[in-house]
Formats: sequence, structure tokens, C-alpha cells
Amino acid sequence: MSNLLEVRHVTRKFGGLTANNNISFSVNENEILSVIGPNGAGKSTLFKMISSFLPTSSGEVLYRGERISNLKPHTVARMGVVRTFQETTIFKSMTVRESIVVAQHLRAKASLAGYFWGTKSAREDVESFGRYADDLIDFLGISAIRNELASNLPQGNLRALGLAIGLATDPKVLLLDEPFAGMNHDETMRMVQLVRKVRDDRGVTVLLVEHDMPAVMSISDRIIVLNFGEMIAEGTPTEIQNNQKVIEAYLGSADDEIGI
Amino acid sequence: MIQWTGLLVFLIAVFVLVPSYIAASGRTDFYYTLTSVALLSIASAGVWLTFYIGRINIGQGAFALIGAYVSAILVTKAGFSFWLSLPLAGLFAAVVSVLIGVPILRLRGVYFAMITLVLTQVVTLTALALPVTNGAKGITSIPLPGEISVFGLTVIPDFAGLENPRLAFYYTSCALMVLTFAAMYRLVNSRLGHLCRSMQQNEELASSIGVNIAHIRVIVFAISSFLGGIGGAMFGSIAQSVYPSSFQVTDSVNFMLNCFLGGLGYVFGPMLGTLVLYFGWDLLFELGRYQLLVYSGMLIILMLFLPNGLLSLRLRGKGVAGR
Ligand SMILES: Nc1ncnc2c1ncn2[C@@H]1O[C@H](COP(=O)(O)OP(=O)(O)OP(=O)(O)O)[C@@H](O)[C@H]1O
Ligand SMILES: [Mg+2]
Repeated sequence: MSNLLEVRHVTRKFGGLTANNNISFSVNENEILSVIGPNGAGKSTLFKMISSFLPTSSGEVLYRGERISNLKPHTVARMGVVRTFQETTIFKSMTVRESIVVAQHLRAKASLAGYFWGTKSAREDVESFGRYADDLIDFLGISAIRNELASNLPQGNLRALGLAIGLATDPKVLLLDEPFAGMNHDETMRMVQLVRKVRDDRGVTVLLVEHDMPAVMSISDRIIVLNFGEMIAEGTPTEIQNNQKVIEAYLGSADDEIGI
Repeated sequence: MIQWTGLLVFLIAVFVLVPSYIAASGRTDFYYTLTSVALLSIASAGVWLTFYIGRINIGQGAFALIGAYVSAILVTKAGFSFWLSLPLAGLFAAVVSVLIGVPILRLRGVYFAMITLVLTQVVTLTALALPVTNGAKGITSIPLPGEISVFGLTVIPDFAGLENPRLAFYYTSCALMVLTFAAMYRLVNSRLGHLCRSMQQNEELASSIGVNIAHIRVIVFAISSFLGGIGGAMFGSIAQSVYPSSFQVTDSVNFMLNCFLGGLGYVFGPMLGTLVLYFGWDLLFELGRYQLLVYSGMLIILMLFLPNGLLSLRLRGKGVAGR
């Protein structure tokens, strides 16, 4: 079966506000699927439920047929579904390399006590974490900032670091919340290439939320549109661009926002 | 290389120079003072570790008291050797901390601090109420630590038979302190320390990379309380008595201040902080009723100007924990 992830009738209420209403869709293995919609449409909320950062009010999310909603974030991460954050969420006083090393937590073979005593498997882990961190840094082309403190990085690099931290966990599904936010055109194009590379070279299935329509249209295999918590459309970029409901939802906002 | 030299100098100072100075000058009261510093710094090291996961712990007095009672009861009522009761006291404190920690460790900032602040009082009241702790009368006449021998060879002599048990307690406490801080250093620089740092900096991100933060918090709090229990048990054995008032809320506050003063970013901060605070308090004794006023005022000034603690003076930029 190619259905890797299945969102089934998921609803999330915040008091009287329905942030997600009865959302259902599925994600194929190795696909790049974007979730778009105006501000406050419920995109981040949806991602938080998929990664169990928020419980659903009703409905469920299945990964390879197993329920992953309403669990703990670390459990879901362990299963291979990992999110990055919309805000610049980083380990401020770690360097880029240190962040990537610590993020490989799930790949550890030795126990915590093993690391304390410095057992053979712990030493092997530490060595492999370092090697993998260097590989990942090369893969992402961020060797220039390898030993920079995260708190000193400019916005564009922070996004790359967020992606690197997510990738270091060796995910099967990566949920990227606005990975191109705050980037200029060139930075965005580079990031688009990176995300493609992550999918092509590493076989990671990517879900992403983005407002940058040209980027979304160029990178996505399929797009899902949310508006006021409702899913109003699903389809290929061309289908979405020509969808009447979507055009209406974006009416009032600048035309170029949706890239038509 | 420099680190090893530093360690060697420290060990020689603690185990050779200080005892010879005391022997030469006849100031044997220093043994008691320095032993106290060593033991208090062990308990403070525990508090420092809870700071390391971003929690303000003002409850270490509770675990010291628990450790003191557990050891005293095991030695006086169950006939245990003190040397066996010591780790058991630490373990008991750790188990209690797990039971308390599971519900309260999810609280942050001032909420966690407030609850730990109350803990010391709760344990004091419990000690007053329980039959096994002998209420306000406490447990007295605790025998001194006995002999340990392996294959007939005396490893640790019977303290009661020693000419100078104070010196023996001094050596024991310093050895425990060295062991504690060596373990702390190792811990902070091993994976658990790295995970703690990640949690301290961003709990959400830590859980997104698969760190079970609730689990790690409990482990760290248990280690912290283990150290409190060990420190408390040693104190009980030295004083040969334990009372509900042996450790009070002020002690809990002091453990925390030791960490602040030494520097929360440095593993060895609590050791230095304890030394300075303990001696600082004693030196101000001459001031009589102004002692507390001057002492508090100086603390406030120190923390304003050295928010990263005393060690930030010398180690600016290097030797930061976990680096
Ligand atoms: N924890 C919360 N408590 C209450 N309301 C919330 C909470 N989180 C989100 N909401 C509300 O739910 C709605 C959807 O929010 P969400 O963050 O999912 O939107 P979004 O599509 O990601 O928006 P943006 O494009 O601005 O990031 C908003 O109206 C928001 O105010
Ligand atoms: Mg959002």
C-alpha cells in the first residue's frame, strides 16, 4: 500500500472555535504534499495533531495503519513522524553541529548509563553521531555555519538548521511548518531544492505548510486547501490554481498570493 | 592536560595540605567546617542538576532530612552498618523523589519552586508525627560508622576506635565530594547531560526529536535527591543525631543559593558557592545582629553583578558545562 499517512475525520475545537473541522485526506509514500490556506485557517493546528503535539477533539491519524494521534510527541517521533516549527524554534546556545548531534537521540543504541560509563557501544554511537552530523551538514550545504551558535544565525540559516534538526532524527515523514518564511527569493529557491533533495535522496515523505505560493506550486505533488478550519479543496497544483472555491477563499487578498 | 594538573593540585590540597595545616596550627575546628562544606556541596550539586533541566529546586533539605533519618533508623533500629545505610539512604530519597516528581515535575518556574519550598516543611512535619522517627525527640546516640574489612583486611577502620574521628569524617566527606563532582562532570558531558541541555533550551523541540522529557526530568530529579540523601545521612552520622529540625527551609534555600553563587553554567559552581557562602557567613559573625543584613546585601550585589556566578570570573568563555 502506498498510503503512508491517513488523516481521518479529524476535528479540533478550541472552546467555541473549530480550528479543524472533519478533515480527511491521505498522504502517499514519497510525496510532497502542501497544506495552504489563509492565516488562521488551521494549518499549524493540523500539523500539531498529526505529530501529537495537540490531541484531536475527534477523529484520528494513522501512520502505516497505526494510530499516531493523541499519543506523546516523542513516541510519534520514534515512529518516524517528525515536525519542525513555524516559529524559529532552536537550541539557542548550541552550535549547529551540536544541535544535529543531540537531535540524533533516536538513533542511539547505548543506554544513558552506557554513555555515562563510556561503554563500547556508547563510544561507537558518539562517533557515528559525529560522522552523520558532518554528512548532514554537507548534504544541506551548511558547512560554513557548522560551528556557529544557533542564536547568532540569521533567519534564513535558522530555517536550514530547523530542517537539519528534523532530518537528524532520520524521519520517514517530515512536517515542515512554513520552511520558507522570512526568506528572500534566492534563499527560498535554495530551500525548495533542499526539500526536493530530502525527498529524492532520502526517501522522506514531506508535508509542508507555506504561504509562498510560487514555491508551493513548484514543489508540491499535491495540495490541500484549508479555510476557516474546513478542507475546501485537494488536488494537483494546476487543479488548485483553477479551483473556484480556492480563488474565492483567497479573494480580497492580493491575487499574486496564490500565484495566478 | 591543564585539567588533570588542576585536579591533582585540588586533590593534594584537600587530602594533604589542609590536614597538615590544621595539624600544624591546631585549628581542629576547621575539620568540622570543611567537612560541612564538602557535604553541603554534595547536596548542592543535586540542586544544580535540577537547575540543569530548568527547574528551581528549593526542596533539597527535605531529601537531606529523609536521608539522615533513613540512615539513622537503619543503623539504630535494624543494626545496619552505616556504610550500607549510606547508599540506601540515597536510594530511599531517590525513590521518594520519583513519587513526588512524577506529578510535580511538569510544573515550571515559580510553581515548581513553590511546591519544592513546601516539601522541607512537609518532611519535617512527617518526622514529628511518625513513631519510627521518634517525633520531636529525634534519634540520638547514633553509633559512629563501624569497620569495613575485606578478607580480614581493614579497608575502613571503626571510627569509634579512632583517635581523631573528625579527621576520618573529613576524609570520607571529601572523598564523597570528589566522587560526586567527578560523576557530575561525566554526566553533564555524556548523553544525559546533552539531553538536559536540549530540554533546558527548548522542551518542545526536544520532544520533537524524540526525547521523552518527562522521563528524563524524573531521572535527573532522582539523582538530585539521591545526592541530598547522601549528604543528609553523612551529617546525621557526624552529629550522631537527627532531629526534625536538622534540615530546615533555610537549608533548602542555601543549597539553591550555593548554586546561584557558584554559577549555574559550571559543574563545579556549587562547590565554590558552598565554600564562599559558608565561610562568608562565618566571617560576618563579628557583625552580630547586622550579620544577616550585610550577608543578604552582599549576596544581592554579587548576583546583580555576576549573574552567571563566581566561576564566570575566571572561566569566561571556557570550561562551560557540557562543552
Ligand atoms: N492553543 C490554542 N488555543 C486557542 N486557539 C488556538 C490555539 N491554537 C490555535 N488557535 C486558533 O485556531 C485557529 C487556527 O490556528 P492555526 O495556528 O492552526 O492557523 P494557521 O493556519 O497555522 O495560521 P498561520 O498561517 O497564521 O500560521 C486560529 O484562529 C487560532 O487563533
Ligand atoms: Mg501556522
